[in-house]
Amino acid sequence: MTNTTALKAARAPTEIYNNVPDPFCGMLSDDLVVERQGGSLKVVKNGSAIARAGFERKLPKANPAIRGKPVALSQAIAEAARMIGDATLPLFGGLATDVEGMRAVLALADRSGGIVDHALSEALYRNLKVMQITGWTTSTLTETRNRADLIIIAGSDIAKFNPRFFERIAIPPDSMFGVTAKKRTIIFIGKGLDRALGKDSRAGEVITLACKPEDAGKVVGTLRARLRGFRIVSRKIAGVPLADIDALAERCKAAKYGVVAWAPPSLDYPHAEFAIDQFAGLVNDLNKTTRFAGLSLGGGEGSVTASAVCAWQSGYPLRVSYASGAPDYDPYRYAIARMLADGEGDVLLWLASISPGLAPPKTKIPAIVLGTPGLKLAQTPAVFIPVGTPGVDHAGRMLRVDNVVSLPLKDLGRSSLPSAADILAAIEAEI
Amino acid sequence: MLIKLTGGRIYDPANNVSGAVRDIYVENGKIVGPKPDARPDQTYDVSGRVVMAGAIDPHTHIGGGKMTIARTLLPEDHRGDPVTRTKLTRAGSGRSVPSTLVTGYRYAEMGYTACFEPAMLAANARQAHMEMGDTPMVDKGAFVMLGSDDYFLRQLAAKADFKAIKDYVAWTMHAAQAIAVKVVNPGGISAFKFNQRKLDLDEEHIYYHVTPRQIILTLARALEELGVVHPLHIHGCNLGIPGNIESTLATIRAAEGLRIHMTHTQFLSYGTEGDKKFSSGAARLCELAAKHPNVSIDVGQVLFGQTCTASGDSMRQYAISRSAHPKKPVIMDIECDAGCGVVPIRYRDKSFVNAMQWVIGLETFLMFDDPWRIFLTTDHPNGAPFFFYPHLIRLLMDKSFRDDALQKINPDAQVQAEVLKSLTREYTFDEIAILTRAGPARSLGLQDRGHLGVGAAGDITVYEDKADREAMFATPEYVFKGGELVVKNGKIVKVVQGATHVMRPDYDKSIEKPLNDYFDRFHTMRMENFKLSDDEIIRGDNGAIIVQPVGARAT
Repeated sequence: MTNTTALKAARAPTEIYNNVPDPFCGMLSDDLVVERQGGSLKVVKNGSAIARAGFERKLPKANPAIRGKPVALSQAIAEAARMIGDATLPLFGGLATDVEGMRAVLALADRSGGIVDHALSEALYRNLKVMQITGWTTSTLTETRNRADLIIIAGSDIAKFNPRFFERIAIPPDSMFGVTAKKRTIIFIGKGLDRALGKDSRAGEVITLACKPEDAGKVVGTLRARLRGFRIVSRKIAGVPLADIDALAERCKAAKYGVVAWAPPSLDYPHAEFAIDQFAGLVNDLNKTTRFAGLSLGGGEGSVTASAVCAWQSGYPLRVSYASGAPDYDPYRYAIARMLADGEGDVLLWLASISPGLAPPKTKIPAIVLGTPGLKLAQTPAVFIPVGTPGVDHAGRMLRVDNVVSLPLKDLGRSSLPSAADILAAIEAEI
Repeated sequence: MLIKLTGGRIYDPANNVSGAVRDIYVENGKIVGPKPDARPDQTYDVSGRVVMAGAIDPHTHIGGGKMTIARTLLPEDHRGDPVTRTKLTRAGSGRSVPSTLVTGYRYAEMGYTACFEPAMLAANARQAHMEMGDTPMVDKGAFVMLGSDDYFLRQLAAKADFKAIKDYVAWTMHAAQAIAVKVVNPGGISAFKFNQRKLDLDEEHIYYHVTPRQIILTLARALEELGVVHPLHIHGCNLGIPGNIESTLATIRAAEGLRIHMTHTQFLSYGTEGDKKFSSGAARLCELAAKHPNVSIDVGQVLFGQTCTASGDSMRQYAISRSAHPKKPVIMDIECDAGCGVVPIRYRDKSFVNAMQWVIGLETFLMFDDPWRIFLTTDHPNGAPFFFYPHLIRLLMDKSFRDDALQKINPDAQVQAEVLKSLTREYTFDEIAILTRAGPARSLGLQDRGHLGVGAAGDITVYEDKADREAMFATPEYVFKGGELVVKNGKIVKVVQGATHVMRPDYDKSIEKPLNDYFDRFHTMRMENFKLSDDEIIRGDNGAIIVQPVGARAT
């Protein structure tokens, strides 16, 4: 056990932290200034509402507990180790953690023959169902910030998941190639999504195609058909006049670097992968003559980190079983939500170290919960162990939503809670 | 702890030892002089065995975002090659883009003790090092990519003071924890973002109005003056395009005598002769390189089967997307820093083009006369996965095996393979030891690796001398890492972590002022967070850092 908490030096009562990455949003914006007074934090610069809620939340007191009764940490660890050691098919879910936590999850799942899946992987799989079949072309945050002259927001309420996307990426205060905010066009496909931009947008032009957001795939499909010169009989597609789609086609052709952005968590309807397939397909079509790229957003609760670490260590992006001794991949069979619903698995380890809303599902099987204090619990778990939030209570590293950049997360000294990685390593050592 | 290997035939070209029978002593992880009176703690009788330093792969894509994209993209690549947990080793997946753990295990089981990731994006350096941190058994290191990053291109376009450019190159090496610098399709990755689809050596970048020639010269000179031992590692213009031998030869001439390393030249040695306008440029490359002792190369041999190409060259990867198999290319524009392209591919021996690629690679190996300036690579996984190395070594060491293989390839390619058929060269153990150990170590500036002299690390591989060279090199009898036995009869007996090799040329810290402004204005990450600390590798990844000494500075 590389006990990070033991290594913490005595702290000054008050401290200001600069360049703080925000682990509560998939963009991991790292320009925050956070002030600590004792064990309370205040975001004094650059935080979104999500960041403020995350950093400034008062941690309730939380103890390690077995069936609701407070116990010593060592007892809770021993009980968790016994349960996982005895289990035939342990499920490792939640997985809202950092790289170090994810490494420890995989080591334990490998050791115990378990299943690994993230709480929000349903959204991730909307993307993977497309990417693993057709490939795609994508961009990253800095590239989009400096280069994109046309940004299509495809049926997604991006600001709900990444509140600073517009301010920092879509219409930034500065940019490298003369593509200032004033020279940018933002297209919202879906009504009600443009609220995100706010009233005083710097954007040169904002256009909304007012379909239902879940019809964005249909509208983009029509756009692709028109770009290919197909005749369309209907004058309106999903409530959007064909003329507006044609106008967008002309804008796309004229764009120098267009970005099609979507947030998979926002596309919460059956077979949203068909919509994403259209978004990625539009990028493909336009790249034949100009430059376009996709940009998938969301990525909260460490989901990008969990998927990447799982892919590099096991060969597969989550929904992996180690039951046979070697990783086996099946995105349907090893979706933990489905397994729980169908009565599969005999112990659930749920890891939610980032926000208190990532509640473990109600289960019939006994659960071990490694959670941030205040985590909403629908039932009393067999074992509860409070853990720190990476980038707040301890240092760590996470991958950003664009799958390229990873950030070093700071220990802001909010509490002396242990990291999930330390707890998981201790559990593994006791099996 | 003293270990003695007795009676082995030592191939240690760095110390001019060629098959002499000698005992080797390793104490506390390092090779020491003979100690005839000492009582070793462990003695290994390796009589009649071939003993070499641990092998070093100077160009293998083992860690970083594009590999994890490839892993995510290709579950089918892993499905047929599951790797089960053992008492010692973790579970994982094999085949062409193996999981990190399996990559480390399999390299070690093949006698390799160090691997270098050649295409680390500075923006992705943290992830690349984390993945290498999860690659056990071998030492590692990485080359950071420059030349399509906007900071450098802005400097070049603005005709910035050369000192500032040098400072930036050195700063980037520190920030990304690199041992060398690579340029990929110089300027072309950036040009592709501006919708330029081709960038020849003297063609201007549409926005910055600089040429690949300027980029190469500037970076090569910067590295030379900084004293970075490995020369500029160049993935040239026009990769994969018939006729690209012309720009490859022009690049060699363009270096004006500065030291350069031309990487995976097989992909850059295509002529336009013959009925199909696709021919080998290997002879011309070898001929010119012979006259330019400032040039080293590695081959990037193609071997047949399913693999996945993964490159920073988004421009060329986009162009070859139509040949993807299965048809699912991933292309990325990245962070005003670089790009990447992941394109799965199946090399077929019955395809004319693939067979010619195979021929061109082998011709390069067999016609290149200075073994110290050519390294054995498949550009894993681009030409073939690394576990094909023993097969490749047999092709080089065994003329009749090569001739048999030649008869199975596409008939039209056989017709064009007259030169290859005529080459009777068979590589010797000395030459294999140079190509896979001594040469890469010298080129990268690894002082204590790639040889078996006193003071070298106890990284040693012992092979049984089998006539079937493929079998011999696939399954070494013993592999020692840092003086510990880690592999026996091709199976891991001890898991070790391996260290990370870096090089740290001096620079003027005042470069951080303009860099900090640049990050604040344009980037989505702060400069302070861009930099990768030693602590992340040492504590975060349970690793160790070896700072290799900077070489002589040219002025």
